[in-house]
Amino acid sequence: MDILANLLNGTFVFATALIFASLGGVIVERTGVINLGLEGFMVSGAFSAAITTHYAESAGLGGASPWLGLLGAMIFTLIFSGIHALASIKFKANQVISGIVVNLLAASSTFFMVKLLFEGAAETPIIDHVFHKWSIPFLSDIPFLGNAFFTAYPTTFIAYIFVFVVWFVMYKTPLGLRMRAVGEHPGAADTAGVKVNRLRTLSILVGGSVAALGGATVALTANSSFAQNTISGQGFIALAAVIFGKWNPVGAFGAAIFFGFAQALKDQVVIYDWASNIPTEVFYMLPYLLTLLVLLFAVGRSSGPSALGEPYDPGKR
Amino acid sequence: MNNLKRLLRQESVWIPIISIVIGIVIGAIVMLIGGYDPLLAYSSLVQKIFGSVYDVGETLRQIVPLILAGLAVAIAFRGGMFNIGVEGQIVMGSLGALMVGNMIDLPPIIHGIVAIIVGALFGGIWGALVAIFKVKRGLNEVISCIMLNWIALYISHITIKAFMAEAGTSRSQMIHDSASIQIQWLSDLFNGARIHWGFFIVIFILIGYYYYMNRTKWGYELRAVGYNKHAAEYAGMNVSSIAIRTFFISGAIGGLIGTFEVLGVFKYMAIAANTSGTGFDGIAVALLGMNSALGVFLSSTLFGALYYGAQGMSFGADVPPEVIKMVISIIIFFAAAPGAIRMFIKMFKRKSKREEG
Amino acid sequence: MAQPETVLELKGITKRFGEVVANEDISFALKKGEIHALLGENGAGKSTLMNIVFGLYQPTEGSIWVNGQEVLMDTPNRAIDLGIGMVHQHFKLVQPFTVTENIILGMEPKSGLRTDLKSASSKIRQLSEQYGLNVDPSAKIENISVGMQQRVEILKTLYRGADIVILDEPTAVLTPQEITELLAIMKRLASEGKSIIIITHKLKEIMEVADTCTIIRRGRVIDSVVVKDSSPRELAEKMVGREVRFKTDKSAADPKQPILSVKDLKVRGDNGQMAVDGLSFQVRAGEIVGVAGVDGNGQAELIEALTGMRRVEEGEIDLDGVNVVNKTPRVVGQSGMSHIPQDRHKHGLVLDFTVPENAILQTYYKPELTKGGLMDHNAAVSLAEKYVKSFDIRIPGLDVPVRAMSGGNQQKLIIAREIDRRPKVLIAAQPTRGLDVGAIEFVHKELIAERNNGKGVLLVSFELEEIMNVADRIIVLFNGQIVGETYPDQTNDQELGLMMAGRRQGGDSN
Repeated sequence: MDILANLLNGTFVFATALIFASLGGVIVERTGVINLGLEGFMVSGAFSAAITTHYAESAGLGGASPWLGLLGAMIFTLIFSGIHALASIKFKANQVISGIVVNLLAASSTFFMVKLLFEGAAETPIIDHVFHKWSIPFLSDIPFLGNAFFTAYPTTFIAYIFVFVVWFVMYKTPLGLRMRAVGEHPGAADTAGVKVNRLRTLSILVGGSVAALGGATVALTANSSFAQNTISGQGFIALAAVIFGKWNPVGAFGAAIFFGFAQALKDQVVIYDWASNIPTEVFYMLPYLLTLLVLLFAVGRSSGPSALGEPYDPGKR
Repeated sequence: MNNLKRLLRQESVWIPIISIVIGIVIGAIVMLIGGYDPLLAYSSLVQKIFGSVYDVGETLRQIVPLILAGLAVAIAFRGGMFNIGVEGQIVMGSLGALMVGNMIDLPPIIHGIVAIIVGALFGGIWGALVAIFKVKRGLNEVISCIMLNWIALYISHITIKAFMAEAGTSRSQMIHDSASIQIQWLSDLFNGARIHWGFFIVIFILIGYYYYMNRTKWGYELRAVGYNKHAAEYAGMNVSSIAIRTFFISGAIGGLIGTFEVLGVFKYMAIAANTSGTGFDGIAVALLGMNSALGVFLSSTLFGALYYGAQGMSFGADVPPEVIKMVISIIIFFAAAPGAIRMFIKMFKRKSKREEG
Repeated sequence: MAQPETVLELKGITKRFGEVVANEDISFALKKGEIHALLGENGAGKSTLMNIVFGLYQPTEGSIWVNGQEVLMDTPNRAIDLGIGMVHQHFKLVQPFTVTENIILGMEPKSGLRTDLKSASSKIRQLSEQYGLNVDPSAKIENISVGMQQRVEILKTLYRGADIVILDEPTAVLTPQEITELLAIMKRLASEGKSIIIITHKLKEIMEVADTCTIIRRGRVIDSVVVKDSSPRELAEKMVGREVRFKTDKSAADPKQPILSVKDLKVRGDNGQMAVDGLSFQVRAGEIVGVAGVDGNGQAELIEALTGMRRVEEGEIDLDGVNVVNKTPRVVGQSGMSHIPQDRHKHGLVLDFTVPENAILQTYYKPELTKGGLMDHNAAVSLAEKYVKSFDIRIPGLDVPVRAMSGGNQQKLIIAREIDRRPKVLIAAQPTRGLDVGAIEFVHKELIAERNNGKGVLLVSFELEEIMNVADRIIVLFNGQIVGETYPDQTNDQELGLMMAGRRQGGDSN
């Protein structure tokens, strides 16, 4: 039972970053804009969270530092989401390529800044005030469930709240109705008086900041610093979670948990004797292989919002 | 002269040029902000490229994989598809070439040829998988490419560790000398720059790409599918098999990148935590080169030179080479969003008008 | 009696798109409670004008007056605020949304943070009853009929408080029954004080419902007439600018042996339902069979199944002795089927290809054009030159993308290519859609010429007039089934209209 509880606990640790990033993906893609820049938003989020926290604790802010780090990640990443919005909305560039530009630019500029700020170092200084796991009083004392679900990083609990909020906004409020309409039929939304491109821009900015929290989570929990390999591919896994979850925040949440589970499995399995004969790379490969297999055989054809990837040009109504 | 003027008036010519200029200028501004000397940086970059015969040879060596990566992306682009999986195809090509080069004994020349063919085949099959997933299961190629990139990386690690591990290092054993495609006398001529037969094969592939696109039946079908899939279907073309064929060719070109690197440059394969990134560079090359053979050649020459020269920049002016990656991403941004350039020009024209009047 | 007030007036509206003048010095007045028809051919500039009224385009010159005040109509929101609503030809409805969600989009009522769907749907239900629209607020758009969707669009304008409702080609997608209902709804709206502009090129509807008719040709107002003092012939002549022949000249058909036989054909639509549900018919050599019916009754699926572009579930298709069921489009073509597709931009042409590249689209793989995998550019060019010459195709040059050609010339290129394949059967789907009068006549002549050459021609059209003029025999499609078969000289619009609405030939409904 302990093993299973540990496995589940580990699942949520890995899943948290993916939950944030895939929610960011859902917010953007639901309005009809492809978001291949998730990886870049996460890199930017991890970088800025580490930097903000580092300077905050240097300034003696102590325990508040990582919280400022989260805020810093959301604000700093507006630069990159702004670039994506500018290219794909204002200049109607290919949204896939715009996303790739964001990824390249986020990676190169953050490493450049790390070198600039820390005299050529390849990584930021280790942060002391990272997040520590919270144990929810009483609930965490419940056998099995306590360890599995109620002992986690604060970011994990924040992620749950975000899932609810995004779901609520998307399906229960006028704003969500407009966002979904813009993703399905921008022409209809436009003639109904919805500012299509303004709403898309807003979604890209908000989605980018939410995805940045995913990167921040990695830097402020598992890694305690930011380096070139802090974010390596999680953004793309999150994108797969968006598709796997059929562009629904709750679905993306489920998919993120699934991928988190595959990651956690890797760490849990290597402890055992029987696993020692299997090359560790097999377990590294597992999340990607499972993702591919799931998308190939379990999800079926899912096409997402009808207007996904099409720039909206009011002149061609 | 008039021809030149007409040429320069075409958007497909001046947009890439202006993008490059903007990229370099913004790079300089970034360096200034960072407290570096951009003039020194760029001049040491140029010096590095042309510094010696060796450097020229090594710059060329850097360009070869970029040409191939650009063509691999471009051919898929022309067919209306997006090959973001060149990374994985490179890995599979390397692995195929390495296995033949290391695990099999064959006479010289034949050994190299067989290794090249197997490397291309490995990459081609890996690429074809993407198209098969797309046409059979409706899986978006961007997602499957990304997954296949990582899977390829770990397959290569597992295979190398199982069969060709070089104890105490994080790389494979060397290939046999018989499988090397390095051209020794040319390398000697370039003071030891790693020059190999791939240089010449690439030229053939460039010309072949042009002919394939513009003169062959398969190229015609590919373009028809890329422009209008529905019309291609109506015209009796088998869109699915064209997609698979195209991704196979694209993957095979990608596979050749890894093949040449293993057989002609490094002679082994490293166990690296990440893929090389050359495949992503290919997207930039194809985009800036507008998917044409000449354009790909020119843009990969530029990027190859920038990459190689970046080493000189960090050596001569202490500038981190990431600046060059930023310059390249800015170039792609503007090449992909010509609207941004048009806006720039409009602002510029208005300003100069105001100043005149 | 007091003159009813003018609610909307356009003064000297001119709209240019670059060099092209879409509207020139148009003036127009709409009175309260009036149904005002805007008549003109495709491309005459009606839709542009209404997009200006609705704030989607800005006029180059001229002014717009609403209720006696000059207004700047810069956005659709402004138009909505001024009480103008528009029902577009292509509905602006979000398919997976409910009726309520579509109607409130953009001006959602709230309770707290939430969208207040409850009060919205009761308001919609009330409006629906007031105007006799009979709309279910909780239904999803993707599950309701086209006619119902149109009523949702009308309701959308009313919900937003529109006093002026613009209907853009509202009857194009409706069955004759639905048209009758729509015309009744329009009269009811007018009697409640709403003013209506209906854009159309169908004279019958104007005569039935409109009070006034303004005729537009080539972007200019030709005349504004009181409908009850006019006649269809007068309106038609003003629309096209010369005397119109209502009949196409043709000799009597001389049909020979059956050349295309379809038996018990069943084909599924995109939604998985049977779109073609047990069709049987024959086309004989030397006759034109017209397939009449309202769009969406299985025509597209039938054509795609016949030409190998869609899977056949059951049944037989015999093309001059060859079974072509579930063969690829290429094999079907090689067996003697040519196809002028309904959507020439989607299927018929690769718009970014040049004229020669499009000329060889169906035959590029043949030995005269490709040898050993290499294409013969010169052969393609001479083929293109042949088409251009013999069909009088006007082009800026052979090397430009066909995107730069007019619709009529694009269609000529397709027809040249398809006829040159020397088919046994020619399928023509909506071959004159969006073409001007001259081009329409040309297309009809070519179809008749093919028939005279002993080919079997299957003409699918949503325009009854075209079917009546060109076809030798008519079959009527409803819900994927044939509900009637007749001859142009033995029937009339009324009878065909009833069949198109699902009334089986000879009486009993459905």
